[in-house]
Amino acid sequence: MESSRRKFMASAGKFLILASAAVSDGEPSAPTTGTSGYDPAKHWWGMTIDIDKCIGCGNCVRACSRENSVPDGFYRTWVERYEVPAGEDENPHVESPDGAIHGFPPSPNTAAKRFFVPKLCNQCANSPCVQVCPVGATFVSPDGVVLVDESYCLGCRYCVQACPYGCRYIHPRKHTVDKCTLCYHRITQGLTTACCEACPTGARQLADLKNPADPVHEFLRTNKIQVLKPHMATHSKVFYRALDGAVR
Amino acid sequence: MLRRWKDARHLLPLAAVFLGGLTLFVAVRGALMPAEFGKYGHYRPGTLADVRARPVSFAGQAACADCHADKVEERSKGKHRIVSCEACHGALAKHAGDPAAVHPQKLGNTPLCQGCHQEDKAKPAGFPQVMPAEHSGGQACVSCHQPHAPKL
Repeated sequence: MESSRRKFMASAGKFLILASAAVSDGEPSAPTTGTSGYDPAKHWWGMTIDIDKCIGCGNCVRACSRENSVPDGFYRTWVERYEVPAGEDENPHVESPDGAIHGFPPSPNTAAKRFFVPKLCNQCANSPCVQVCPVGATFVSPDGVVLVDESYCLGCRYCVQACPYGCRYIHPRKHTVDKCTLCYHRITQGLTTACCEACPTGARQLADLKNPADPVHEFLRTNKIQVLKPHMATHSKVFYRALDGAVR
Repeated sequence: MLRRWKDARHLLPLAAVFLGGLTLFVAVRGALMPAEFGKYGHYRPGTLADVRARPVSFAGQAACADCHADKVEERSKGKHRIVSCEACHGALAKHAGDPAAVHPQKLGNTPLCQGCHQEDKAKPAGFPQVMPAEHSGGQACVSCHQPHAPKL
């Protein structure tokens, strides 16, 4: 009895050591970062949106959809049209037909305050979506963009519910979460985002907050600026100029 | 003193099992976790490269200006000076990549113009906007306006 237990212990120990050695051999070693001269530590991306310049043409929505192959019926960016009757700041009428991918039909001819509000992921520095992800599939990159690791995402939807701005959706084919990447594939090679490229009035501007030469600094200094839902303390990096208090 | 430790050797197999289990755990964790996980934070840093690998559709203003400097110059004098080429002409990275093989589509002008200039009370007051039926009676915009440098 004594000898058989000892034998078992010895063989079990050998097995464990051999098995772990075998597994260690298969460990992947290729580094996957560090491509072509872009240093994430030198950038901190955001965007500025000037409500007074937005004409609701939907060019940004179409460009985003095209650039990022956004599935039909889902939007990484969209435009809302607000109609605020006098004294009804708490009950604005908001519409965004198909995310404004085809623009808007003309407004009815009534006396009300009206304006367009383009929306997209706010690239929060203190993001609720990142905080709830149970597997480390979504994160704030070193240059301040909230990204999703599709190979890690379980599709659990915690982040979809956590986002105060409704900027996330489950991709109907991949069944993982999908969102605005601030055109990370473009901005890391010196291009602007697709929505900014296509905006005919310059209402949207990509902003690198770590670049002292970026016009964003003057824009933020010389205008009255607001972010969406400041009470959520998400440290949003999408800065709106001329944002009305009725906007939610 | 020695009497107290006389049975200590019974602990050795147990210690071996613990050590083996720990080694297995560390090895399996090492195998399952991607290389460099946690380098920047609680995520796989390779995701940055994965996201960057996506091809672009919009070539960008600089690429257009490389070949079409004349059009860019013409546009710089008119009211459309801040409108980028691809805002009207569409995503043309393929054309920029191989100009001989991929040609941009000719634009269908009037609906394109209306996309921005159709009157809407929600648009900024200073933005030029018209009711097309009243404004031109169905005539094409380009019969009066030159889209690259509209002066009228």
